[in-house]
Amino acid sequence: MTWFRWVLLALVAGLFGLFAYMLSQPKEEFVESAMIGEAIPAFDLPPIVPDRPGLSSADLADGQPKLLNVFASWCVPCAAEAPNLARLEASGANIVAVAIRDRPEDVAQFLEAYGNPFSRIGRDDISAVQLSLGSSGVPETFVIDGRGVIRYQHIGDIRDSDVSVLLAELREAGA
Amino acid sequence: MIAELGLAALWLAAALAGLQLLAGAVGMREGGAALAALVRPAAIVQALLCAIAFGALLLVFARTDLSVALVAKNSHSAKPFIFKLAGAWGNHEGSMLLWVSVMALAGGLIAFLERRLPERTMIATLAAQAFVGLGFYAFLLISSNPFERLPEPAAEGMGLNPLLQDLGLAFHPPTLYFGYVGLSVAFSFAVGALLTRQVTPEFAKVMRPWILGAWIFLTLGITAGSYWAYYELGWGGWWFWDPVENASLMPWLAATALLHSASVLASRDALRAWTIMLGVVAFSMSMIGTFLVRSGILTSVHAFAVDPERGTFILVLLALYIGGALLLFALRASTIAEGERFSVLSREGALVVNNVALSAILGIVLLGTLYPLLTEAFGVRVSVGPPYFNPVGAIFFLPMLVVLAVGPLLRWRRDSFQRITAPVVAIAVVALAVLAGVYFFAGIGLLPLLGMTLAAAVAVASVLPLRGRSLRRLPLPVWGMVIAHFGVAVALFGMAADSAFTRERLVAARVGDTAEVGPWAITLAAVDPVAGPNWTALEARLLASYDGGAVTELAPQARSFWTPPMETSESALRTRWNGQLYTVVGGEAEGGRWQLRLWWKPFVTWIWYGGVLIALGGFLALIGRLSGDLRRRSAQAQIALRRGTALA
Repeated sequence: MTWFRWVLLALVAGLFGLFAYMLSQPKEEFVESAMIGEAIPAFDLPPIVPDRPGLSSADLADGQPKLLNVFASWCVPCAAEAPNLARLEASGANIVAVAIRDRPEDVAQFLEAYGNPFSRIGRDDISAVQLSLGSSGVPETFVIDGRGVIRYQHIGDIRDSDVSVLLAELREAGA
Repeated sequence: MIAELGLAALWLAAALAGLQLLAGAVGMREGGAALAALVRPAAIVQALLCAIAFGALLLVFARTDLSVALVAKNSHSAKPFIFKLAGAWGNHEGSMLLWVSVMALAGGLIAFLERRLPERTMIATLAAQAFVGLGFYAFLLISSNPFERLPEPAAEGMGLNPLLQDLGLAFHPPTLYFGYVGLSVAFSFAVGALLTRQVTPEFAKVMRPWILGAWIFLTLGITAGSYWAYYELGWGGWWFWDPVENASLMPWLAATALLHSASVLASRDALRAWTIMLGVVAFSMSMIGTFLVRSGILTSVHAFAVDPERGTFILVLLALYIGGALLLFALRASTIAEGERFSVLSREGALVVNNVALSAILGIVLLGTLYPLLTEAFGVRVSVGPPYFNPVGAIFFLPMLVVLAVGPLLRWRRDSFQRITAPVVAIAVVALAVLAGVYFFAGIGLLPLLGMTLAAAVAVASVLPLRGRSLRRLPLPVWGMVIAHFGVAVALFGMAADSAFTRERLVAARVGDTAEVGPWAITLAAVDPVAGPNWTALEARLLASYDGGAVTELAPQARSFWTPPMETSESALRTRWNGQLYTVVGGEAEGGRWQLRLWWKPFVTWIWYGGVLIALGGFLALIGRLSGDLRRRSAQAQIALRRGTALA
């Protein structure tokens, strides 16, 4: 039984080592997409509001880099980032969107209230496209280059300081 | 002034803990009697100083002294008085001070009262207690001083969050703390006995009330926490295998095993090394639990204010205490003489099986809790939930219940099958009848089916030890065992019934619509907006009738808070003896409909009634043990007195 005790001791030492290692690691609050650097999966979403077309993966590979915003009308940070999306659009960014788990009338109301910077909005009722992009929440914003490859992911609402970062990433994706 | 007094008392208490450790360590050697004599007084004075420090903290909170940083951060002059007081320990620093105070109090009590063990073992125990205490003193004084002053007194406190003004929330953490501290005392006794190699039945008897006390608090804490999660989270579940829940379950499992093996040691002088190891493991589990919860290395639905620096501190303490104790155990255990032998078919044999099963369940829960951490170290995120814990835990839990049913019927040391044939057959007949009945009439899943069967078997078996005995002269600890085991059956029945017979309806109802769930008919009478201090809510008025009977009203709410913006569901419950109606209102659906989630949960409340019964059993056993100790002590005093007069 002596060996058993030493094995137990070794296990506990290993456990403490694990704890110490994990404590020293930076805590990841956000789940990063594993799709960065990959081509966007094929999809074709119908429109959710009458005045904007839906969104397909082909639209994202038309040679022009774009921002892809994942949002929902029921999401408070999505409303909070609306002014900065408007600034991005004013700076020349082409922004398309995926509205997840939402209803047409709510989305229309949301766009009415907070502005509509989107050239296309796809309707993703069961978050299928959101998940295939590697996005785990709303809002998230992706930079997609002209060939439909995901270049950059921004998690959470777009703050004032993030606008220039996104514009730079967008420029780089177009280069 | 009061804050400075508290801080000074705390520093002095820490210094005395240092003295207690040093004097104990030196006093254990040859010729250290003069120093050894200091250990008990040091522990007693330390307890008084901690009481002063904690009293000072209560006082600054009671007066809302806003020049103290902790008060300014966690209290408010307009808070109700009871929540001002509870605010003293409702934060990291205060809760740590509560911890060391209770621990010092326990140490003082032992030093003042306990005279049954050899003095060297007592000195070693108190030194170990001081060693554990010193770590917490260092933690408090270096990184979390509760008495820190602000350079300028704050104009008003920041702690007026009505969400946190909840009596359950105020008293739930201290309950678990008392449990953890009780286990720290058991740990110190185990270390003391290891150091002096004096593992005797007397030692188990001295340790047992502390284990029992800790175990009662842990049982109540877990039961209350489970009910809180059930009604507050609005999902209708009562156990989520969340890391924070597991952190409180693991010490309980270890304490349960320890309780039973200490009984064997006390009655039969067997299982010596095993009892010592469980004493170390039980406290280790409470420290690991605290570490996992407070360091934030695991993600949980219970958001704690986490701080990696504190995590590091607790980890160092953890390594010192547990690593040190296990190393000591590994070195010393072979030198502890083997205890009494017993045959497999005996009370001891059953208790060993129970112990092994409990330890296995503990290992399963520990593995499941830590597994996500392990894989994350290699860059893979997983989450471990009920699909792992339930079936894998059941592999050991269900056989353990069979042993729980039979074990108390066995005699100590050696027994024969013939002697217990009649009661075992009776239990088996009841179990098979329930098994067949439930199987044919209800057609439910395997785990609930086995759960029901074993609940019936354990319920019958738990009262069998009463047969042929005079109920009036039955010792309290036996009553305690019977009631606690019966409580296990009650809780198990509740769990099985809930998982087998719960009826759930998700409906989109217009005002005036009626939905049925189980035997209930529920009409949505109205949906009204209501407002609270920092929230607005939609309140549904539901008229519910059980089996066509009288109508009762329920009012679940969907609340929106604005600081921080957050949506919560306030469930509304209607309790009957045979179950609970659980209602939640969601958002507005299309066409003026409202989303309602309705559950009929037969016998779900029995889960918590069972938990309370288990704790009550522990309480009776504790009273019985303590009064027995007191009687013996006064009898000894009288003998000593008589001898004294005879000599004179």
